Amino acid sequence: MFVNPLKLTTNNLFAKKTMPSINLPNRILISLLYFLLISTMHPAYAKAKFSINIAYLSQEQKIPPQLSNLDPFVKDKGLKGAELGIADDNTTGEFTGQQFNLVKFIVPLEGNIVDTFNKDIANKFQYVIVNLNAEQLNTLADLPAAKNMLLFDVATLDDALRNEQCRSNVLHLLPNRAMRADALAQYMLKKRWNKWFLVIGNSPEDRLYADALKRSAKRFGIKIVTEKTWEHTYDARKTTQSDIAVFTQVDDYDVLVVADEHGEFGEYLDYRTWLARPIIGTQGLIASAWHKTHEQWGAIQMQNRFKDKAGRWMEEQDYGAYLATRALGEATTRSVSTELSLIKAYLLSPAFALNGYTGAPLSFRSWDGQLRMPVLLAAPRSLVAVAPIEGFLHPKTELDTLGYDQAESHCQWTPQ
Amino acid sequence: MINKTSLSLALWLLCLGNVSAESVFVTLENDNALAVVDPIAGKLIKTMPIGQRPRGIAISPDHKFLYIATSDDNTIKIIDASTFKELGHLPSGKDPETFALNPAGNRIYVSNEDDNLVTVIDVPNKKAIKQIKVGVEPEGITVSPDNRWLVSASETTNMVHWIDTKTNTIVENTLVDPRPRAVSFTADSQQLWVSSEMAGSVMVLDANNQQLIKTIKFEISGITADKIQPVGIVIDKQRHRAYVALGPANRVAVINAQSFEVEKILLVGQRVWNLAFSPDQKRLYTTNGTSNDISIIDIDSQTVTKSIGVGTYPWGVAVKP
Repeated sequence: MFVNPLKLTTNNLFAKKTMPSINLPNRILISLLYFLLISTMHPAYAKAKFSINIAYLSQEQKIPPQLSNLDPFVKDKGLKGAELGIADDNTTGEFTGQQFNLVKFIVPLEGNIVDTFNKDIANKFQYVIVNLNAEQLNTLADLPAAKNMLLFDVATLDDALRNEQCRSNVLHLLPNRAMRADALAQYMLKKRWNKWFLVIGNSPEDRLYADALKRSAKRFGIKIVTEKTWEHTYDARKTTQSDIAVFTQVDDYDVLVVADEHGEFGEYLDYRTWLARPIIGTQGLIASAWHKTHEQWGAIQMQNRFKDKAGRWMEEQDYGAYLATRALGEATTRSVSTELSLIKAYLLSPAFALNGYTGAPLSFRSWDGQLRMPVLLAAPRSLVAVAPIEGFLHPKTELDTLGYDQAESHCQWTPQ
Repeated sequence: MINKTSLSLALWLLCLGNVSAESVFVTLENDNALAVVDPIAGKLIKTMPIGQRPRGIAISPDHKFLYIATSDDNTIKIIDASTFKELGHLPSGKDPETFALNPAGNRIYVSNEDDNLVTVIDVPNKKAIKQIKVGVEPEGITVSPDNRWLVSASETTNMVHWIDTKTNTIVENTLVDPRPRAVSFTADSQQLWVSSEMAGSVMVLDANNQQLIKTIKFEISGITADKIQPVGIVIDKQRHRAYVALGPANRVAVINAQSFEVEKILLVGQRVWNLAFSPDQKRLYTTNGTSNDISIIDIDSQTVTKSIGVGTYPWGVAVKP
């Protein structure tokens, strides 16, 4: 279970900090192990030689109908981020004697993810980076084989997965819709643009995003003056000019908030509304974990390193997968173990602090497995703000002003 | 009226008398410039263009030369510290940010963040003589005053690498708290202090066995823990006190360097970054990244006495007696 000790300066700290959240038999076990560790520490750098295998699971996507030809379709979103993270982990590993191996499984469009999971991943991997949709993720999480695994979700935005539908063997690396909506609402409140015209697309995801926006509006005292569902064409060449002008003749508002996750019409709204009003939401000013305009806090180095490796900009899923591999790297190095229960305890402990190049230490919320992280508010070519916005206070960490705080969470983790 | 004029004249003469007094040099990352401040008069004397994105700065032991990393020029410039003429440049490798000068002043060690390397430069010959492979995103770098150790901190690997200055090879690595930024030795070379931005801590390591002596944490009422992001560290020669810049907490912590207790928290400018003592250790200068100024802390009274606007994104600071 344990491998050779490394020279760790934080052992005691970790042991102390994580203790209260771990049950008694484990506490005794961990105390013993740390005692062993400390007593065997050698002044010379003891190299622990062990390797950790991480699976990356994704499925081929249908190329969506394109709104414009400006953005190329990226096939390997997520994978490149995981690869960079593994490379970073292995650079650290050269000094600590750890070897990180990433094995990718890309299920074909018509393939079956459960078959791949059971055949190729179960019993071979304990750590899986999952780049799939919400339904697929929970299907996998509920499989008997996943019971003793930790799944790193780098794709879903669903609030339900952080609440009623949460799973104790899943950690979420990207901000959910509620966090994004809260980020937008905080900034709007700062600008005093607190009368919203909400425009919702026709997909189920659009309705979920709209729900999150409504929750935020209520939370921050913003008024949704009008709410409308988009009912027009998705083709700009037709009658967009007149359609949008007519569609947006509503009571006065400060900003138009659009929920169009697939980008089917949102881009058409700007400059075509009846009143001269800015667009925010899924188009215009967007809320995202990562954005190409972001350069602060060492992000420029991250952007450059990623571009050198992947030959393209880093997408959100890449960022999520990078953070997943880095979190695992940190946890294995700090807990000097590849043992699932210790890794998980470390990741969910207050001792865990991950750099995400966004100015605040990232950690996991112990109540729903969501990564606690800043949310960027970006226009297409400029970073406008980073939430939490100054002035939104919280007794523990201002990052918990975004999304579902402990008291609001409906997640009840059943012990694995 | 006449009184005012004569007063100004007197002041002006006083300033003239101080021409050879202490100078504080501040690199301005966003202005591509160097600011020169007279800390006694509390005035910005001048700013001059210095190169693209200047960050790290050091002064030679004889105070004749300034070394300035102009990151976007991919070089370290050698500047005459009196005339500010550019005398040459050093092969720093790509995107130099932080670097360290050895006590003799003949070696410069540069962190090459993008390539996970430390470049060793022979200063008199202006040649890179070795590249040492370190962890991901090396940042903080320092040489012990006894010239035994070169220490490089890797931000993403969360490690300090102990490099033997005779062989330029790593002999020891110590894992530290997440995102180590600055590394600083005590004057007796016995302790290494390491700031960790993401953990909000400072670790004090024993230089003899590379083991942890103490982890120092900070608490500031009204500021949440994640805003406390320690960066620059300086320790006085007597090892009475250490001073740590706390980044976006906009404060400098005063630490008893014997007991490791935090004695005082001083409010300075926004996103305080790097620190430097005056040569007589009576004052401490801080660069405040987002309020575009430097603060002067009076060491005897432990108070902030002045802030001086210098330009946008003040980054590094060096002092000439």
